[in-house]
Amino acid sequence: MQSAEGPKFVLELKGIHKRFPGVRALQDVHFQLRPGEIHALMGENGAGKSTFIKIITGVHQPDEGEILLNGEPVSIHNPKDSQHRGIAAIYQHVTCYPDLSVTENIFIGHETVSPLTRAIQWKSMHEEARKLLAELGSDIDPRTEMGALSVAQQQIVEIAKALSTKARIVIMDEPTAALTKRESEELYRITLKLRDSGVSVIFISHRFEDMYRLASRVTVFRDSQYIGSWDVDKITNDDLIMAMVGREITQLFPEKRAEIGAELLRVENLGKVGLFSGINLTLHQGEILGLTGLVGAGRSEVCQSIFGILPADAGTIYLKGQPVRINRPSDAIALGIGYLPEDRQKQGLVLSWGIGKNISLPMIDEFAGTWWLDEKKEGSVVRDLADFVKVKAGGIETEAGTLSGGNQQKVIVAKLLGTKPKVIIIDEPTKGVDVGAKAAIHEIMGELASQGFGIIMVSSEMPEVLGMSDRIAVMREGRISAILDRDEATQEKILEAAMAANYHAQEPLRG
Amino acid sequence: MELQQPFSLKRFFLQWEWMLVLIFVAVNVINMNLSPYYLDAEGLRDATMSFLDKAFIVLPMVFIIILGDIDISVASIVALASVVMAVSFQAGVPMAAAMVICLLVGTACGFVNGWLIVRFKELSSVIVTLATMIIFRGIAYIILEDQSAGKFPAWFKFLGWGYIGEVPFMLIMFVLAVLFFSWALHKTAFGRRVYSMGNNVTAARFSGINVDGIRILIFTVAGLMSGVTALFLTSRMGSTRPNVATGYELEVITMVVLGGVSTSGGKGRMIGAVIAVFLIGYLRYGLGLINIPAQILLIVIGSLLVAAVLVPNFKWSPRAR
Repeated sequence: MQSAEGPKFVLELKGIHKRFPGVRALQDVHFQLRPGEIHALMGENGAGKSTFIKIITGVHQPDEGEILLNGEPVSIHNPKDSQHRGIAAIYQHVTCYPDLSVTENIFIGHETVSPLTRAIQWKSMHEEARKLLAELGSDIDPRTEMGALSVAQQQIVEIAKALSTKARIVIMDEPTAALTKRESEELYRITLKLRDSGVSVIFISHRFEDMYRLASRVTVFRDSQYIGSWDVDKITNDDLIMAMVGREITQLFPEKRAEIGAELLRVENLGKVGLFSGINLTLHQGEILGLTGLVGAGRSEVCQSIFGILPADAGTIYLKGQPVRINRPSDAIALGIGYLPEDRQKQGLVLSWGIGKNISLPMIDEFAGTWWLDEKKEGSVVRDLADFVKVKAGGIETEAGTLSGGNQQKVIVAKLLGTKPKVIIIDEPTKGVDVGAKAAIHEIMGELASQGFGIIMVSSEMPEVLGMSDRIAVMREGRISAILDRDEATQEKILEAAMAANYHAQEPLRG
Repeated sequence: MELQQPFSLKRFFLQWEWMLVLIFVAVNVINMNLSPYYLDAEGLRDATMSFLDKAFIVLPMVFIIILGDIDISVASIVALASVVMAVSFQAGVPMAAAMVICLLVGTACGFVNGWLIVRFKELSSVIVTLATMIIFRGIAYIILEDQSAGKFPAWFKFLGWGYIGEVPFMLIMFVLAVLFFSWALHKTAFGRRVYSMGNNVTAARFSGINVDGIRILIFTVAGLMSGVTALFLTSRMGSTRPNVATGYELEVITMVVLGGVSTSGGKGRMIGAVIAVFLIGYLRYGLGLINIPAQILLIVIGSLLVAAVLVPNFKWSPRAR
């Protein structure tokens, strides 16, 4: 750590503390951003990165500590204030107006108006927008509706918006989490371009590749505390992981293999018009069946149809050899099929509710006494489940929306386990989850398999698919193109099965 | 992990329901001072009966608004159910059977609402019930044109005017209904599911909740309760016309929202809406006694409504559970 002398740093934070009721969100955090550098900020979910960003962007005020902008102490009162000081933030879930044009999204709040009539100068705004986008090497038509663009393109527009406000500091919060490999490449290129034009970038990501490709410095937070800052080329992968999780992760995937037992679930010729057809799958006790393929190949749809969200219109589902009909999720839950959805916040949780009520929701009937809900029984069952998955929170009444991503995922796992499933379908279990929580989730999955659960795991992460699955089913364009045994599966074979026919039309998997 | 948050006296009293109780007491005190006739037991008792008919719809409307939906067709259902009952009776159907028909018509209308809303997901409940509001009222007009129908047997009057001991029959029925609906909303698994749907219907669906079924059921019950209102209203009026109950839907929604039930769904309690029923009822009665024009009353109620919508947005307000 070196100390600042003059405006050596465009942004410097010293000894920042922030408390929320019951939680210490930040404790004595430091940060130094040099002019024209890309600075990676890493840490597990819940390490305090989000709160830190909210302090820089003026959403929260620090309880203690000092913020220096170009060497001058400042206080940032609100997001608008932060914007005026040349700070812009780009979030993982882009906050845009989908029904407005690209131009309107870029210039919202600072439109070009005619000095005489105060009318908006559409022509010059479109022209200006086109220029900004061209500067970033993008040929998006500024008249397109924002909602018609891909997430990656929307991010580029957000970056153009940052440029239009003359931002000198750009914060990117997990921008690559929702992008394919090719889109990520594009984002790297633009981010580097941004840096070359003298903008300083704070880049938050769980992906090591992002850091190696972009950043010159990296800062790590853990458990709301500042752990350290290093030059990227002077720290090893292992040391970095150690800094993030506070322990060494010797092996990424649990070694122990569960005993594969009797057949649990079989689907024959499952189909749904326009989504998938002719799906044949078998799942045994203790088995983890990986289901992979390109985004849009129909993996989630197959799972949602087994769970009854999208009831299939052809084919049969057999549970322990018996044909069953699943028309809605309650059928599936009653049969012992559980589903862990991909989108935690939208599909998994009632964010304004406490942890407890979230966990008990699918099994609420179990607490129905003769006349009313047995809230005492509910409380104790729910607490046991929350403790079992090791949710970190003040109490079972803590609002789910205030938890970190990893903890939210644990609450959903607890909720799933409460329904006592035999077959568990997990859709992208570790998407947007940090290294430590990832290992924990994989460990829980291995544990469940060894207890005789059958698990279907949808995943786009190649190492996860290869590391966790006993067998791997690969989907392409709504059909199963290959089923590979663990021993014969390689990254190449999976990719080949996933893309074969139209290699050029589709985006490759993340490696 | 802690089981519960400790009980907080501050949180307990900083609830919108207490605000309503305060306003309710204030209204009564002001009324007493303004008019010497206000505290007359009989007068007050009869006044209570005059606004209780629509209160029966308030109860299912609380459920509907908690779901994040709305039903503006309830007044038309009241009219249609009432007209069909009267016409059936005049056609020779025994009165008891005609009353059952009244309830069935209401239930059927409610079911149609629910089914349409669930079947056509792209239509919001406002649009669906706006359409059926016009349709149901239209059918009532076709059946009876612009005439009135009545001449019910004398005992039918008991529903709207009768007493058991000193207590109006209607009030007893209303109290029973309040107990039932509060129980269903606050003490059962069903109520918990309704709240979850109001907060995040997707998560509710992924949790195995039959969201379509619950929605249809609640709209159907709203239809049934509109039928109940039709019984009491018709009994009080002694005859019916296709234009009865005009404006009830807005009065009912006003009571629910004033009662602290959030129109964005997922929040609010039955007790608030029940307090709001009596608050508006006595306010109207009291101001009527001292000859304050109805327009002033509307302004007062409108202002209260704005306050009801604003107050839960303040930081200190507790989240309804």
